[in-house]
Amino acid sequence: MAIDVRIPTILRSHTGGAKAVSGSGDTLLQLLDNLDAQHPGLKQRLVTPEGGLHRFVNIYINDEDVRFQGSLDAKVNDGDTVTILPAVAGGAFGFAAASALRG
Amino acid sequence: MLTIQQAILDAIVAHARRDHPDEACGVVAGPIGSDTPTRHIPMDNAARSMTFYQFDSMEQLRVWREMDDRDEEPIVIYHSHTATEAYPSRTDVAYAGEPNAHYVLVSTREPDSTEIRSFRILDGVVKEEPVNAVQSYMFGQTPNSVDYECQA
Repeated sequence: MAIDVRIPTILRSHTGGAKAVSGSGDTLLQLLDNLDAQHPGLKQRLVTPEGGLHRFVNIYINDEDVRFQGSLDAKVNDGDTVTILPAVAGGAFGFAAASALRG
Repeated sequence: MLTIQQAILDAIVAHARRDHPDEACGVVAGPIGSDTPTRHIPMDNAARSMTFYQFDSMEQLRVWREMDDRDEEPIVIYHSHTATEAYPSRTDVAYAGEPNAHYVLVSTREPDSTEIRSFRILDGVVKEEPVNAVQSYMFGQTPNSVDYECQA
């Protein structure tokens, strides 16, 4: 058993064009470390240097947004499906203010 | 160039006008690889702001899965600026995460006229492109888009 991970178009350069890959781990962070070992560079597109989930992506475990499930500490299990999507956001406001709004 | 049905453009403008002065946002889906936007999906602006927009993450998951099931992709991602021009802000560029999408901006700052512009945003580089509004995708030529050039 493994965890199925759906990769968005913009990150498929890291997976040789694959739309879905599989990995393992007990938490989302462990899963991302496992994926990064197979697909170098993937993790740094998802996790900031400070160790938080990047604001430009949404990650879901099955039907849940991980931001409401403990973020990178969220538990994952064999058979789960993890979906990565680019966050869609923007607007006329300056970047610093927008970041502050998102917290 | 973005080629899009006039009726879909009209629906996008109506959505932007309806939500003014808040920013409106949404997607036009189309068959993967077709570059043809066919299905207009207005999205909630979870930020409900005059200067920022953000898709609700759960609504986005539902809509992106639906596109996947229908072999569609987001051909157009649009939002409105309600007090400034229809040009991508630094925030828009930073967030642009769909390399195949046309980013359409609508400005509703003037009450009587609506500015609609389209951009490609790739790796932080913004490139404006013409918007070709057509009555139908069925015909190569329409009264507002006639191309008389012969293929060599």
